[in-house]
Formats: sequence, C-alpha cells, structure tokens
Amino acid sequence: MTTTLNRESLLKAYRSMRTIREFEERVHTDFATGEIPGFVHLYAGEEASATGVCMHLTGTDYIASTHRGHGHCIAKGVDPVGMMAEIWGKATGTCKGKGGSMHIADLSVGMLGANGIVGGGGPLICGTALAAKIRGTKDVGVCFFGDGASNQGTIFEAMNLAAVWKLPAIFVAENNGYAEATSSKYSVPCENIADRAPAFGMPGVIVDGFDFFAVHQAAGEAIKRAREGGGPTLLEVKLSRYYGHFEGDQQTYRAPGEVQRLRETKDCLLQFRRRVTADGEITNEQLDAIDREVKTLIDDSVVRAKADPKPAAAELLTDVYVSY
Amino acid sequence: MARKITYQQAINEALDQEMARDASVIIMGEDNAGGAGAPGEEDAWGGVLGVTKGLFHKYPGRVLDTPISESGYVGAAVGAACNGLRPVAELMFVDFIGVCFDQIYNQAAKFRYMFGGKAQTPVVIRAMYGAGFRAAAQHSQCLYNMFTHIPGLKVVVPSNPYDAKGLLIQSIRDNDPVIFLEHKVLYTMEGDVPEESYTVPFGEANVVREGDDVTIVAFGRMVNQALLAAAALQKQGIHCEVIDPRTTSPLDEDTILESVEKTGRLVVVDESTPRCSMASDIAGLVAQKAFGALKAPIEPVTAPHVPVPFSDALEDLYVPSPAAVEAAVIRVKEYR
Repeated sequence: MTTTLNRESLLKAYRSMRTIREFEERVHTDFATGEIPGFVHLYAGEEASATGVCMHLTGTDYIASTHRGHGHCIAKGVDPVGMMAEIWGKATGTCKGKGGSMHIADLSVGMLGANGIVGGGGPLICGTALAAKIRGTKDVGVCFFGDGASNQGTIFEAMNLAAVWKLPAIFVAENNGYAEATSSKYSVPCENIADRAPAFGMPGVIVDGFDFFAVHQAAGEAIKRAREGGGPTLLEVKLSRYYGHFEGDQQTYRAPGEVQRLRETKDCLLQFRRRVTADGEITNEQLDAIDREVKTLIDDSVVRAKADPKPAAAELLTDVYVSY
Repeated sequence: MARKITYQQAINEALDQEMARDASVIIMGEDNAGGAGAPGEEDAWGGVLGVTKGLFHKYPGRVLDTPISESGYVGAAVGAACNGLRPVAELMFVDFIGVCFDQIYNQAAKFRYMFGGKAQTPVVIRAMYGAGFRAAAQHSQCLYNMFTHIPGLKVVVPSNPYDAKGLLIQSIRDNDPVIFLEHKVLYTMEGDVPEESYTVPFGEANVVREGDDVTIVAFGRMVNQALLAAAALQKQGIHCEVIDPRTTSPLDEDTILESVEKTGRLVVVDESTPRCSMASDIAGLVAQKAFGALKAPIEPVTAPHVPVPFSDALEDLYVPSPAAVEAAVIRVKEYR
C-alpha cells in the first residue's frame, strides 16, 4: 500500500502515536505507586486508531470518546500537560480536576469527552453531526467505541438515527478483543462488528488497527464520504490493548504471552517506523529525536502535575449551571 | 395583547416565536410532524396530541421526526446543543425517560461540571406527564421529583397557559439543560396569554392566591386543585395562600418560607408518589428553615405509593382531589 502522506504529516502522525504511548506508559508506571487517584483505562497499543482517524479531522469536527479516552484526546489535540494534571486531580487540569481520566473533554478542539458510560457517545455524536448538517458546514462527528459498547442499545440507536438522517457521522468500533474481561468472541455473535453495518444501510469496513496506514486510508474514505453528504460509515478497527481493562487488572483472562507477542510482532509504532524509514525519506534519527522530545514533554507534565495545586474548596460548588 | 388561548396553543406559540427569532432552535421528536416517509400528509399529526402542529411547513428542515428511539434522539439533541444549536426534544410521555435517562442525567446534566465549566448544553426536553387520561401505569407518571434530584438540570412545571408560554421561551433561551413538563390534563385549559413574546423567570414562585391562615404549595396541575380547595375553604372562613413554585429546580425557597412564617401552617400538594417527592422535599425545607413558625404538623397531599391505575374508579382515587386538599387544610387549621 502506498501512502499519500507527505513527510510533515508522517512525522506528525508518529509524534501523535508516540505521545499517546509515552503518556500511557507513564500513567501506568505512576499508577502502580498509588499516587494517581481513581480509575484509569489505558490506550497503549491502540494508537494507530486514534491517530489514523483524527489526522483527517479539523478543530471543528467533533469526536466522542470512551472510558479509554486518553489516546483520542491527544490525537484530537487536547494538551497532554493539562490532561496529566487532570488525571492527578489538579486545579490546572483540562477540566480543573473535576472530571478525571474518564471525563477529559475540550470542546475548543472538538473533543466532546471521554465517557464513563459505555456507548454513551453514539447519540451525542449524532447531535454534533446533525448541528453541522443543519448549519451547512462540512464538519463531521466521529464516535469511538469499543467491542463492549458495540452491544449497547445506544450504539444501535445512534447508527440507525445517523443512517435515517444521513448524518456526517463515522462510527469507529475499536475492537480490542475484550469488553472488560469478556472476549468479543463471546459477546459479539457475528464474525465482525462491521458485519452489522448493512443492517443500518451503511458501509461497514474492517481494518487492521496495528497498521496506521490502513486505518488512515479507511478513515479518510469514510470521512470524505461523510463530508460530501454520503452519510455514515461503521469502521471496525481490530487492535489490542497492552494493559488491562483498568490499571490493576491482572488480566488472567488473557493467553500467556499474548501482549508480549503483539508488542514484538505487530506494534503500530514499530511497524510505522520500519515502513517510513525503509525508503529513506524519514530517518531513524528523526524519529528518535521525536521520542526524546515526547519523553521530555511527558516527564515535564508529570513534574508539573505533581507540583500543581489541587482545586480550592470553593470549586466544589461551581460549574454546575451556567446560571441558577 | 392578551387573549384567551389554551395551554397547548401557548406551548405551540412559544415554539413558533422562538423558532422565528432564532434559527438555531430546532425541534425533534416522535411524530413532531407526523407522516415522515408516508404516502399521505407530511404534517399529519404535529405531535401525538397536536402540540407542534403547523411548525413543520413553517420552518423547513428544523422540525425533525425521529425513529422511536429515545436514547438516540434525546442524546442527539444533547450533542447538537454542545455544537451550537438550541434543540427542543420532545419525549412523548415522561414515562419513556426510562429508555433514555442516561443521555440526560449522566451526559447533559454533568457536562458543565465534569468538563470544568467549559461546556454549555442549552437543550430542552419537553415531556407530557401526569394522570387523568386513563393512560395507566406507563403513560401517567409525574417524575419531576426524579429530575429535581439531579444537579445540572432545571425542571419546569407550568400550571397555566400564561406560564407555559413564558417558561418555555425562558427554557429555550436558557443555557442549561431544562426538563419542561406539560401536564396532559392541562392542554385544554384556557387562559389569558399575551400575543407577544415574553419570559417567565426560573426560581420565582407565583403567589396565586393570598391568605393568612394556611399555606398551600402545589405543583403543576395540582395548583388548580389547590385553588378549587382554597375557594371552597374561603366560604368556611379559612384563608389559604396558594403558592405555585413554577420550577422545582431552581426552587424559590424564600417565597415558601415567608408564607409559612406568616401562616404557620403548610399543606403541600404533589401529584407524584409520596416517597422522595416534592412534598417531602418542601416539608423538609420548612421543617429545617421555618421550624419555629410551625403551629401544626406539615400535611402532604400526594398520590399513594402505587403505580398509576387504569380504571377510572381507581385513577380518580389516585390523583389528589380538591376534597383531599380541603381536608388537609382543615386538619392543619384545627390542630391544637
């Protein structure tokens, strides 16, 4: 497969995926020390999906994310420094420490929120897409959801509504094989989640989620179709998560060596590096430099998050209403 | 200029005037036009009871019929509100909230807080509620107390045509999510309603009738039951003050407390079931903040703790009657 991406875009894609990986690996490490409060669900391993899709989006396109939302946030342009502070529960966080890992949102960049409710984002993204359609913009809405959410009524209702109203919406099913500890082989009775698309009168596309270029191309076609008034698409991205459902999950339901094998043979960052350096357009040194810059950024975000103040007590009662 | 129109016409007029004023206002719901995709008329129903009739042709592309898919379209209204529209989504009967509540209480209501004050969700959910149509257990509940419980929501319960219009216009212009509840028995109620556009502010109770002996706080349709009772009691020399809070969230506590400070006696009339109700909420408020003024126990007049029954013989017993309100007032008045 050839790519139409120029050098700048390739470096941007790599930086996005690398930032997500570094962010998640660092949260994993810090969570183990007991310093990070609450529940976190890590996206490491799935970077090609968020990045491959969001590379096509502008700041006025919306995405709705999931409980496993850090990757979508970063790929859509949310500041990782604010995100880290949010995860640490600090006043300087993206949501002033009031949302936490499962509710990071930044509407100013079209990120409608990670979501603690599985399948919660489907109807919402129909709404942002409807608003775009009624206002006559070319903006689209992308709903990321998992194989677990693929069985939720909200997702079925949202796909149906998007097809009925011919909305510029893209449903990205990130099938990482496990809904919490339950295999999608058990919970999804058809072969593929995308097989359900024809039932809603929309195209269903299956793509290898370890391959950035495959995701990028498939998402590009779906998003282009949506922008041109062609209606919604269901895009199933088959991938894997490197960590548990939540941090602390011992993952005894997984096969021994499963994650290690994927990391060594299919990892999206390794595949990307191998491919873009093969023709010499991008060098390993350039990518190594990005690795170092990203590491500095994330290290710095943690230093700042640790030092930043927690929300003031008065914040408990603010931001409930615009006016009351 | 005021003229007499019905509660239903007042709601239609509020929608009409706001859609004319602001192109970002859209409405959606099951058969809000009626007839979408069918071979006959396109605006066949205008809502199941005709409340939205006539808007479909007047505002092309802004009156959307939906599949019977409440989670889908209520959530879409919420999402559209996050992206610059002011949607009014109709939940045909409030009882259907059970299949879409997540989009309201976990999504719309919480966005602003969860996102650190950086979101606003100006969505209105209109829903028909209340008993009296022999519509039985799944089409007759009140449920405003459930919404009132949720931080982030505003809850509106108009008791007459004037308030219905002014409160709905306020709801549409408001920047927070609003649950606007229309009592189905009131749709045919007539009242003076100005032709021009106006708003009725939230959190400002209406003292519908003044009196010194007993305070009656009533919600929605129950305001009218309370007024009937108060008129009958007047003939017995008992002067009731009837307060219509108009919104349960925000709640005008001051007007209620000031009245109880004056009368020392309180009856709360609430069509919903009694546990965790507006009746218990108001009773708790007054017990906490006006305890010293009370001369008698607070009397709640509510439906019993049962689902809404079908048979008229039972449903008529279920709904708090003017007679039940009268009896409660007499009990608190005669308490020694």
